[in-house]
Amino acid sequence: MAADDVQLAVTGVSKRFGGVRAVEDVSITVRRGEIASVIGPNGAGKTSLLNMISGFYKPDTGSIVFDGHDITRAKPSEIAARGIARTFQNIALFAGMTVLDNIMLGRHVRMKSGILSSIVYWGLAQREEIAHRARVEELIDFLALQDLRRQPTASLAYGLRKRVELARALALDPKVLLLDEPMGGMNTEEKEDMARYILDVNEQWGTTVILIEHDMAVVMDISDRVTVLDRGRKIAEGTPGEVQTNPDVMRAYLGGAPEAQGEAA
Amino acid sequence: MSEARTLPQCLRANAERIGTRPAIREKNLGIWQPYSWRQYWQEVRDFALGLAANGFKHGDRLSVIGDNRPRLYFAQLAAQSLGGIAVPVYQDAIASELAFVLDHAETSVIVAEDQEQVDKILSLREQLPELKLVVYDDPRGMNHYSQDFLKSFPAMQEEGRAFGAQHPDYVEKAVAAGKSDELALFSYTSGTTSRPKGVMLTHANLLLSAEAFAAAEKFKPTEEHLAYLPMAWIGSSLISLALHILVGFTCNFPEKPETVGRDLRELGPTIGLAPPRFWENSLTEITVRASDASWVKRKIFEYFRGVAERAQQYAGDGRPVPIALRLARAAGEVLIYGPVRDQLGWRRARLVYTGGAPLGAEVFRFFRAFGINLKQVYGATELSGLCSVQKDAEVDPDTVGHVLPGMQAQIGEEGEVLVRSPGVFRGYYKQDDATAEAMTADGWLRTGDAGFIDQRGQLVIIDRARDVGKLSDGSSFAPQFIENKLKFSPYIGEAVVFGAAQPFVSAIVAIDPTTVGKWAERNRIAYTSFQDLCSRPEVHGMVGDEIRRCNAALPAATRIRRFVVLNKEFDADDDEITRTRKIRRRFVAEKYAALIDAMYGGAPEVELSAEITYEDGRKTILQSRLAVADIDAPAERLKAAAASRAETAAAE
Repeated sequence: MAADDVQLAVTGVSKRFGGVRAVEDVSITVRRGEIASVIGPNGAGKTSLLNMISGFYKPDTGSIVFDGHDITRAKPSEIAARGIARTFQNIALFAGMTVLDNIMLGRHVRMKSGILSSIVYWGLAQREEIAHRARVEELIDFLALQDLRRQPTASLAYGLRKRVELARALALDPKVLLLDEPMGGMNTEEKEDMARYILDVNEQWGTTVILIEHDMAVVMDISDRVTVLDRGRKIAEGTPGEVQTNPDVMRAYLGGAPEAQGEAA
Repeated sequence: MSEARTLPQCLRANAERIGTRPAIREKNLGIWQPYSWRQYWQEVRDFALGLAANGFKHGDRLSVIGDNRPRLYFAQLAAQSLGGIAVPVYQDAIASELAFVLDHAETSVIVAEDQEQVDKILSLREQLPELKLVVYDDPRGMNHYSQDFLKSFPAMQEEGRAFGAQHPDYVEKAVAAGKSDELALFSYTSGTTSRPKGVMLTHANLLLSAEAFAAAEKFKPTEEHLAYLPMAWIGSSLISLALHILVGFTCNFPEKPETVGRDLRELGPTIGLAPPRFWENSLTEITVRASDASWVKRKIFEYFRGVAERAQQYAGDGRPVPIALRLARAAGEVLIYGPVRDQLGWRRARLVYTGGAPLGAEVFRFFRAFGINLKQVYGATELSGLCSVQKDAEVDPDTVGHVLPGMQAQIGEEGEVLVRSPGVFRGYYKQDDATAEAMTADGWLRTGDAGFIDQRGQLVIIDRARDVGKLSDGSSFAPQFIENKLKFSPYIGEAVVFGAAQPFVSAIVAIDPTTVGKWAERNRIAYTSFQDLCSRPEVHGMVGDEIRRCNAALPAATRIRRFVVLNKEFDADDDEITRTRKIRRRFVAEKYAALIDAMYGGAPEVELSAEITYEDGRKTILQSRLAVADIDAPAERLKAAAASRAETAAAE
């Protein structure tokens, strides 16, 4: 599945917040069409890394290259337009808006008609709206949200809101999908469903997935490759099998014995 | 209606006669997508060719499993086109049940809706020696399956078209050669007593029953129908298959089961059939929504509900409705009844039926009072679904109407209803003894229902004949009648009453988790789980009040005196109810013998260990202590029981 061409190359990025070194000299290469996971204990710098890829943070050092374009300093909207979509750890939906409208919003960067023609709703604006709605309906079908179209997202159960967020990210027709703990706070059944959806997205559209997740079982189950961060540094990477047997990883997860740090550095 | 004598022949005739009219509409990607009769036939033909290419022969069985999807209907008709037999099965059946039916019917082809159903079938593969081919409708997630007996629906049709190029008019000839007395459908009865039995029905059975129904009710080709009931239920096959093709009206398919409510409302069907459970749930939902509304709205709703029910009472008694009440009802039509009908999706409904089991009179009157032309039908799987229907002018909750033209009913010994009709089945598949038991020597079907024919010639069903019981003092009682009265309460989900050879009537009540949950919230009763909720003395008190209300409408001898609130819902996976939600009385009586003993033994509480089955077939034992409540008992006794329970809990 994973062709050997690099789609996203993160090289030596670091990010500090005051005295805190959130991410230090981390490099990751992600190949087109793979599911790459980033794991690590709390505060390992996973979300910071994701924020740098999606342009919310600018790295202090290092570079991020996506499909041959340097996006290290690009604005989040520019990065989204290039085809990198994301979801958030703490769900960032418009609570008062319906499921349908939230997903339609995801199409925004793909819309060309201006405010005026949208108000008149004639010609391009109308054709665009219909085409976008058709795409959104495909996603609604894909994620089995048919019964919730007109529901305000605030009224939905947690697991469902996560699914709506995934739908909105997919509405961008992304080449790379960044998922920040898509299964956090879910029960086993919801986790299984979400894992199924991630695999289906990857399979159906060949979307590259970068996944941050705490649930090791899920990560090991669905990832092609896994990168392990601890205290801002990369301590291991490889296939799920390789990572699972890596002694540094085991130490980092079993409470971080001091020598683990020494070895990693 | 036409000279065609098999379902595929009717379909073909429609494709020629009304080829461009919409036959089917499926809601897909948010839009109702139509198939014309011509497209319908083409889909069926291509799939039939695909079946032929894969060796499907005259008399072979094809099963469909899934929610109502057009392709599952195409598949059934395709099998029938080749002289095969369709065997729809319940999509929510657990693996062992499914294995029994598929193996018993010796199904060679299964058409499954999606990956979930395919997985279920693959897990049973070893037990199904006759199975040769599994076809799936939804390709989602099916990429990694490499089994060569697994094919997608379009791939089958593709194969079919290639086969058709070499065998011109293959299906057309097969359809033309079809005969009306050939078997068309095995409908497995839900079996309130035993293993499911395969009811063998011919094309003539289904078409003649549908024709009699159409003649009595004058269905038009412009009717709109939404198919949302399990395909394996005979009522579904009768309306969504036979009647639909015979009359040529449009059959619509919901987006998915969860969207049925919205789809009903969008579509506004003109006809509909649903079992009592549907109407009970619908009423519960209305009541809950009304009680959640603001104080003013609630009062308005309650006032006009009262008006409607009083007016309905006058009409039911054949008395003229007083003018003041008529005016109030006219206002209610604008303010309440119309909008409620609209919310439910029955605004355009002309003819709506309840069937499959008796519906409580109170629920029935409610919908009629709100202007929905709800009528009772009576039938059985062995009768191709239907043998009587109420006439528009003669609707009352106690009867099931007149026997359809061409059918006859009479009352046999011990009050059992016997029916003779063109819909009477050809026997149970591979169960000749059972077939012989079900028929009288001169060809009448024993329905197993106790009933009589009233002075207007309408059929009245009392209950299942073997369920009508006698208390030890000799007074007889009909359990289902009492249970339906209980279920009128929005808080009571299911109830089973007992009393045969006992001094009084008692009941096991399963509360409705949603409504009782809301009730607890409103009354500030804290609870942790459904089990905890069921054990709250307040809930027992409330259920007791509901039972007292129901008792008021019962003859003194058959009033419920003691009851237990069960700490689980009755579940088809536990064999307590059938897939069509009929109580399996014997089984429940056996399973909960300890509860029944306690109710008649006078014990204040009882230890219960009940086996429960998860959806995936795993089992576990539920251990608990239940309070037995007296209807006339002082509340102190309940409190004492609760206190002792709390002590036990503390001791643990």
